[in-house]
Amino acid sequence: MIERRTLAIGLPDWRELESDDQLPTEPLRINMGPSHPAMHGTVRIVITVEGETIVGADVEVGYLHRCFEKECEAATWTQIFPYCDRLNYASPMLNTVGYACAVEKLLAITGEIPLRAQYLRVITGELSRITDHLTCNGASAMELGAFTVFLWMMKAREWIYAALEELCGARLTYSWVRVGGVATDLPSGWIERVRRILAKVRRAVDDCARLLVDSRIFRDRMEGVGVISAERALSYAFTGPQLRSTGVASDVRKDHPYLVYDRFDFSVPVGARGDSYDRFMVRMEEMSQSMRIIDQALDNLPPGPILLDDPAISLPAKPEVYNTIEGMIRHFKIIFDGIKVPPGEVYGYTEAANGELGFYLVSDGTGRPYKCRCRGPSFVMISALAGMIKGGGVADVVPTFGMMNYIGGEGDR
Amino acid sequence: MSAAILSALRERFGDSIAATHNYRGDETAVIAPDALIEICHFLRDESPLAMKCLMDLTCVDYLGREPRFEVVYHLYSPTLRHRVRLKAPLTDGEDPQIDSVTQLWHSADWYEREAWDLYGVRFRGHPDLRRVLLYDQFVGHPLRKDYPKERRQPLARRAPAPDEET
Repeated sequence: MIERRTLAIGLPDWRELESDDQLPTEPLRINMGPSHPAMHGTVRIVITVEGETIVGADVEVGYLHRCFEKECEAATWTQIFPYCDRLNYASPMLNTVGYACAVEKLLAITGEIPLRAQYLRVITGELSRITDHLTCNGASAMELGAFTVFLWMMKAREWIYAALEELCGARLTYSWVRVGGVATDLPSGWIERVRRILAKVRRAVDDCARLLVDSRIFRDRMEGVGVISAERALSYAFTGPQLRSTGVASDVRKDHPYLVYDRFDFSVPVGARGDSYDRFMVRMEEMSQSMRIIDQALDNLPPGPILLDDPAISLPAKPEVYNTIEGMIRHFKIIFDGIKVPPGEVYGYTEAANGELGFYLVSDGTGRPYKCRCRGPSFVMISALAGMIKGGGVADVVPTFGMMNYIGGEGDR
Repeated sequence: MSAAILSALRERFGDSIAATHNYRGDETAVIAPDALIEICHFLRDESPLAMKCLMDLTCVDYLGREPRFEVVYHLYSPTLRHRVRLKAPLTDGEDPQIDSVTQLWHSADWYEREAWDLYGVRFRGHPDLRRVLLYDQFVGHPLRKDYPKERRQPLARRAPAPDEET
């Protein structure tokens, strides 16, 4: 609880003061959030200011806590997919892909996932990465006054959402990935439509870049603001664009390739100074790299099944369920008892939009996880925020917080 | 490389390493909680290990088993790209305690606050062990296996409607 008190400050006669510096100041506590337009994801920061300078900050999270882990312990391995969509809600597909990879690691079927399913996961995952970066950069630009950029980026995001909606019927909560593959194959003509969409998105991103990259106003607000050194960032377990902005070329897709990422030619953009502007630019470049990956994946998309053919893991085809007793029983067992995952523990990790998304799974051999720990990348990064905004002005909180891309869904879980 | 981590640990700490295993490619060492700080120092600073990142820290409640709680550390070396998992079983029953590693990695700060919040593990030497996800008035630690999933603890009581009897 914050102590409240009323201060009686004896003001000297202003006419006798020689400069503004002599005005009496007391440290003042102000509240930013949880309901504040710049605190997306509902975060509260209690800031202590002296004049305009921040001398102390306490970041309070947890407003979006919805017992992810407790709920997972009561759900079957398959029922967790919808919960995962709601982790980083700016890039839902990457969360479900990450979770599926972790469960498959525990089942030791990582190498058996059909190639087409792996390609589809990469394509949809990278589309999700683009929507995440569009959201983050667009919203942050808007908070600094660039409303046009926000509208253009949201429009571009909507095109991608439309493509993903066509695939699985939902704009945001896809639940499309399964243990062993994906749920549905591509609708006809989807590949051509995605190519057209990507061409439009590329143009939109370029237009936005032209508006911002060399804008004096934008750079003054972003450059040298929210700086963190590489060493400090590593100690805070930074990952993803926030770590790369400090100059560390670390990307799970490159360092520990999963799915078919080792087949694609793409680069990992890094920054130089670790400030908010670098984080913005890293995200801009990552969108182009994601589009490169998608282009290559669409070119080489192999035909074949989209789900592992293993009666213990994947649901039977619908005609089999409706017309045969064996199919019906198999369907029933998987739905009610869940997939039997062997006892043991694994830590599965993938590169989500904000960095390393880890799942530490403990199985006791039943159809439900004994423990399903989610390492949301932004939770631990936001713990560095207090140190990053100290010494700056109140106005600097907005770009620094925006570029940290704190997502309440994965941070508060 | 990664097999070398476990053998280096066994060689250096001997009795403090209760067990090591490699399951699905994850190198794991079960360690004595008393030796935690020493082992972590070794893993972080020794040059062929260089675990500069505490990627994750969490706890598991094995209710009905002794020791009941286990704190799990996931360490990562971004330069050498290897990982190791440390597991420290805590024998203190209902009030588990272990040394804090906040002096080694900044990321431990909030992770330990989270483990305290959700599991009630007390980290000795933590500078500011408060709840992080839940509110201060919350009673209990919800991720413990004996905390019923259905239990509700609303912070704000619903105000009665004007025509409702109070």
